[in-house]
Amino acid sequence: MSVLLSIQGMSHYFGGLKAVSNFNFDVPEGVIYGLIGPNGSGKTTAFNLITGIYRPTEGRVFFQDREITGHKPFRIVHQGIARTFQNLRIFGNMTVLDNVRVARHFRVRSGLVSSLLRLPSFVREEREVRDEAMRLLDIMHLGGRAEEQAKNLPYGELRRLEIVRALATKPKLILLDEPAAGMNPKEVADLMELIKRVRDDFKVTVFLIEHHMKVVMGICERIKVIDFGETIAEGIPAEVGRDPKVLEAYLGRRGA
Amino acid sequence: MGNLRSSRLVTVVAFALSAWRSRRGNLPLPRLLTVAVLLYAVIQLLSRTGILNGYFMIIINRSLVFVILAVSLNLINGIAGQFSLGHMGFAAVGAYVSGSITTLIFMYTSEQVASIGGNIVFVIAIIVGGLAAAVVGFLIGFPSLRLKGDYLAIVTLGFGEIIRTILNNISVVGGPRGLLGIPKFSNFTNIFVFTFLTIVALRNLVQSSYGRALLSIRENEMAAELAGVNTTRGKVMGFAIGAFFAGVAGGLLAHLLQIAHPTQYGFYASALVLIMVYAGGMGSLTGSIIAAFFLTFLTEALRVGIDQLRDRVGIPVGTEWTMVIYALLLILVMLFRTDGLMGMREAKLLVIDERKK
Repeated sequence: MSVLLSIQGMSHYFGGLKAVSNFNFDVPEGVIYGLIGPNGSGKTTAFNLITGIYRPTEGRVFFQDREITGHKPFRIVHQGIARTFQNLRIFGNMTVLDNVRVARHFRVRSGLVSSLLRLPSFVREEREVRDEAMRLLDIMHLGGRAEEQAKNLPYGELRRLEIVRALATKPKLILLDEPAAGMNPKEVADLMELIKRVRDDFKVTVFLIEHHMKVVMGICERIKVIDFGETIAEGIPAEVGRDPKVLEAYLGRRGA
Repeated sequence: MGNLRSSRLVTVVAFALSAWRSRRGNLPLPRLLTVAVLLYAVIQLLSRTGILNGYFMIIINRSLVFVILAVSLNLINGIAGQFSLGHMGFAAVGAYVSGSITTLIFMYTSEQVASIGGNIVFVIAIIVGGLAAAVVGFLIGFPSLRLKGDYLAIVTLGFGEIIRTILNNISVVGGPRGLLGIPKFSNFTNIFVFTFLTIVALRNLVQSSYGRALLSIRENEMAAELAGVNTTRGKVMGFAIGAFFAGVAGGLLAHLLQIAHPTQYGFYASALVLIMVYAGGMGSLTGSIIAAFFLTFLTEALRVGIDQLRDRVGIPVGTEWTMVIYALLLILVMLFRTDGLMGMREAKLLVIDERKK
């Protein structure tokens, strides 16, 4: 398995606060990789650094052996990294279909002028984009919602919509920021199924942050545990689940 | 009169086309074009028969120019979610550039040549004016669109005032006297055509991949960026396109009034266009069109009404009271109809049915 995403000595400070400290890790191609850690341990910051929202204070990020450190977020998306957000970021006043179609915009070849004039080539491409987006929505059981305003969807479906939108960019790697947050047990079970399908059917490597231990232990093939920005354990779920340092970080000291 | 006959002909053709369309179902002639042709024919007919007098036609022409201004500002403020307060600055660029071109050319042209090539020169001048405004929009937008909300508003407000001040101080274009003697090329027909084309172009843009990208920037800039949208480029592009159409509107206005004057393009006028966008509904082209007509007519009614109050009743009021009334109107809209007249909805006529064909 080749390394898809490689992070080398990445640190990030907010003023004097060390949010992420000397991160080193490799995400192999084709796995479901889990990053876990208590609140405030620097997980979301790590995602923001990878996707270019922040520029790391130190260290470098490589994607498919190409350096992407400090690139603008949209450029990183174009390289093949997509993500979802912990707090949903949906285009609420747009239809479900349009939410997905936005993610295809950067691949549109028709120029501005041909879209102003609605030239046949442009209309054809629009139809392709529409069909593609509908196909994705259908696969994710959101096809029936396509024409609805996104803000009217229930929470569980919005989470799914975000994943569909990320997939529409045709990524090689998808970062999921707490995908199970706020979901009920039924929705969590569906989500786990969905994440596996994303990997298997779309051949996308999955890198997720999660608090929900059932999700992490259930689907992740490799796990990295961090606390206060530092790595405290790494490995396959069975090992990590037994690691005393992990248990301490999550549950407190035994007997306490 | 030949004119009367030609307008009758237009009406007959319009009715024939619409009848043909309804027989053949939805496809042959776009509904929007049919409606536009009908509307044009009706107004033209009313004008030729004298039911709408010259005074009314001037207000209708003004309304159409303001439709262009309102829908183009809506692209920037409503669709892309930016906050520009200096829209009239772009109109001024268009007015002065196109006005200078036609004035210069026709100053040295014999009447005969002018009558043949006049309209072509006019159309080219209007488009060059629009392009000049777009270039200025690009230059303003590129550095300032990193700013958000209030800050962008301040920059654009400042820009509008700077343009006005510059024009006030350039003697070549008349300085505070304004650019005088612009040939009268604008008429109902060409203003109507420009307005129609603007609406169609913006409708096409908004309901395309580019339009969706602009909307996504308004909805959530970070999510847009992480859906692969180059948000900076999108905003600058939206700004420049909006500026282009504002420049076109400015050019049309200059060739209608035969003068371009710095005071026409001050903050007062920009605010009026802004009110049109908000009252009509942010993001709704339909709303902007309706509001532009309504408010242009209201402005005229208020002007007349206030004059009457002062001259006949003797109440010492001036036209500056129209701005007070607009402010009240805007407050009422914000209180009772937060999303404006149309919200984000469009009239069916302006919605492209993608499932067809």
